[in-house]
Amino acid sequence: MHWASWSEFWAMGGYGFYVWGSYGALLLLMLVEIILLVRGHKQTLTRIRRMKNWEQE
Amino acid sequence: MSFSIYKYASPMTFYGLAGKMIPWFSWGAAILAGLGLYIAFFMAPTDFQQGEAYRVIFIHVPAAWMSMFIYMVMAFWSAVGLAWNTRLSFMMSRALAPTGALFAFLSLWTGAMWGKPMWGAWWVWDARLTSSLVLFFLYVGIIALWSAIDDRRRGDKAGALLILVGAINVPIIYFSVKWWNTLHQGASVSLMQAPSMAAIMLMGMLVMAIAAWFYSIAVAMVRVRGIILERERQTEWVKELLEKN
Repeated sequence: MHWASWSEFWAMGGYGFYVWGSYGALLLLMLVEIILLVRGHKQTLTRIRRMKNWEQE
Repeated sequence: MSFSIYKYASPMTFYGLAGKMIPWFSWGAAILAGLGLYIAFFMAPTDFQQGEAYRVIFIHVPAAWMSMFIYMVMAFWSAVGLAWNTRLSFMMSRALAPTGALFAFLSLWTGAMWGKPMWGAWWVWDARLTSSLVLFFLYVGIIALWSAIDDRRRGDKAGALLILVGAINVPIIYFSVKWWNTLHQGASVSLMQAPSMAAIMLMGMLVMAIAAWFYSIAVAMVRVRGIILERERQTEWVKELLEKN
């Protein structure tokens, strides 16, 4: 372990902006992708159900 | 063997298989990413030239690899789809493209975040960076093409053609650092020679790369299931499936 403290960890030897800017973008985009996927899958299911009901009437 | 391959080429069987794969690959991705991040931040030492800024490579290199690899998988499925007109092949391409675009963008973004402190520039027009930017535009162009063509079959074929033509760009990216005099450094990992980095750094990078693989498989499976349902909604099995759930 080579970090003396958490503040040193977040500072990343003065490169904090670049390091966390990279990892933050990765985290953000993956979360967005996962949320869109889960929501999209639910919407697909409801849409197909609605079409099916409409066909039966 | 060929029996089982043909079996899973049917969207109905594949829908079930994909559903079983999702939890395994999701948990695998989470555990590997946790391990990879631990190596990246707590085990790998400070780089003697680059200080802590080099820690960006633990996501930069896996993202760049993934963006190229996903493209080659899409090109493979496109070729199979065009040759044998298999339904599932085009669905696989469509399921992979958004994740490929995501990794292509991240490789550019993290590269810029590393380039600014190390090279003094967010961006330079060298061969590696330019061909990577072309890859990102290819992904965006393919997705735009699909959404522009209403007819599903025509969209599939046009998309597959564009993917295959664009595949020439992937070896260009890979060999760009050899063929041209680039500011971007050469390959850190090569099959031909010993890696040019410390073992623990390499280990962190490889674990993160496998995590990216697992993540890509998991999200592509979720997406392909949605596409299968959408396209097979007139079939009996989808109707039965919806009644059960």
